[in-house]
Amino acid sequence: MTPTISATALGRRYRDQVALDDVSLTVEPGTVTGLLGRNGAGKTTLMRIITGLEFPSSGDLRVFGETPAENDSVLRRMVFVREEQPYPDFQVRHAIRVASWFYPNWDEDLAQQLLRDFELPPRRRIKRLSRGMRSAVGIVIGLAARAELTLFDEPYAGLDAVARQLFYDRLLAEFAEHPRTILLSTHLIDEVADLLEHVVMLDHGRVVLDAPADDVRGTGMTVNGPVTAVEEFVADRTVLRRQRLGSRASVTIADPLDLAAHDQARALRLSLEPLSLQQLLVHAAGVPADEKVSA
Amino acid sequence: MPALDEGTPLFVQIAEQLADDIVDGVLAEGARVPSTNELAAFYRINPATAAKGINLLVDEAVLEKRRGIGMFVATGAREQLRASRRKRFAEQYVDPMLAEANRLGIDTDTLVTLIQGPGWHNGGSTP
Repeated sequence: MTPTISATALGRRYRDQVALDDVSLTVEPGTVTGLLGRNGAGKTTLMRIITGLEFPSSGDLRVFGETPAENDSVLRRMVFVREEQPYPDFQVRHAIRVASWFYPNWDEDLAQQLLRDFELPPRRRIKRLSRGMRSAVGIVIGLAARAELTLFDEPYAGLDAVARQLFYDRLLAEFAEHPRTILLSTHLIDEVADLLEHVVMLDHGRVVLDAPADDVRGTGMTVNGPVTAVEEFVADRTVLRRQRLGSRASVTIADPLDLAAHDQARALRLSLEPLSLQQLLVHAAGVPADEKVSA
Repeated sequence: MPALDEGTPLFVQIAEQLADDIVDGVLAEGARVPSTNELAAFYRINPATAAKGINLLVDEAVLEKRRGIGMFVATGAREQLRASRRKRFAEQYVDPMLAEANRLGIDTDTLVTLIQGPGWHNGGSTP
């Protein structure tokens, strides 16, 4: 099957600044992929190239097997919801109507339902909406478009926790009933962790992690216990972080543990505390590559 | 099963919780199991993850697929799960208890009394 997105040695430079550096990845159809990374990591640049808003400086990018830029047949199959999406001076209902002309799979009933869910007044001018409500307009369009490839780039500026949960629930329900490929960039990693099937992490324009979310979970552990026992346990493992308080140590390791390792930990009376996806990614971004390989 | 630790993959946790319901009889043999989409919405997880959890139980013949209708608890599933859990009971529950008892200096006789009597609620003092 043709990957929905495939990037090969993709690069993007702005004068002397490198935004994307040798990025190769594939996004399979019908998956929810999280595009994670710090501000300035290159997430938005990558999404802009995928949606044909920008050209790569080097390398190759394909969407549905074709180059997206100025390719109407590809662009019609995707929707891109940007952070702080600018709108013309429209009322909410006009923005929705205009969007409905662009997307072949547009579902008007869903759009109306989502407007009610997010309590968006249809006749309010968008420039009079709060920041969170403007974000909600983008979310309504992104979901109701039912596009084969749906990209959300930090779609929830100003949305409160309740509205974000509503977004996650609707996204999940929509994805379940009308499968599509979803690429979601966010820094609220723990909030979306369970929704993701695949995780791509960018750091300084490079891919530092590209793996199924299930494989990432459980790869990091914090080992707590008496110093000597902890040190014995972590001796041959990749250590991300070491802390010591008196006779007790707390060491974070990056290796997945098998059953024997769990038994060993129990025998040494160590407690194991798994890292969340967010904590793991903080380590992935924060530790220089040369330290990662050293034990 | 003991409480699941957070490092356990989500699909394993889904399988374990369904298995718990089968062992407890909440999900009777022959009963329909929630669909992957229902599980996904309930646990707020990716449907592919829920499907992986269900497939784990299908592989163990605890669940069976009836084409076009859904997933059902297989005949004999409860006893099968109980048998496999009995095998792991000593290592999961008794071994850690013995280790802690040893650490605290509780001897075997006291332990037996604790297990037999109601006195175990008051901090382990024997009658």
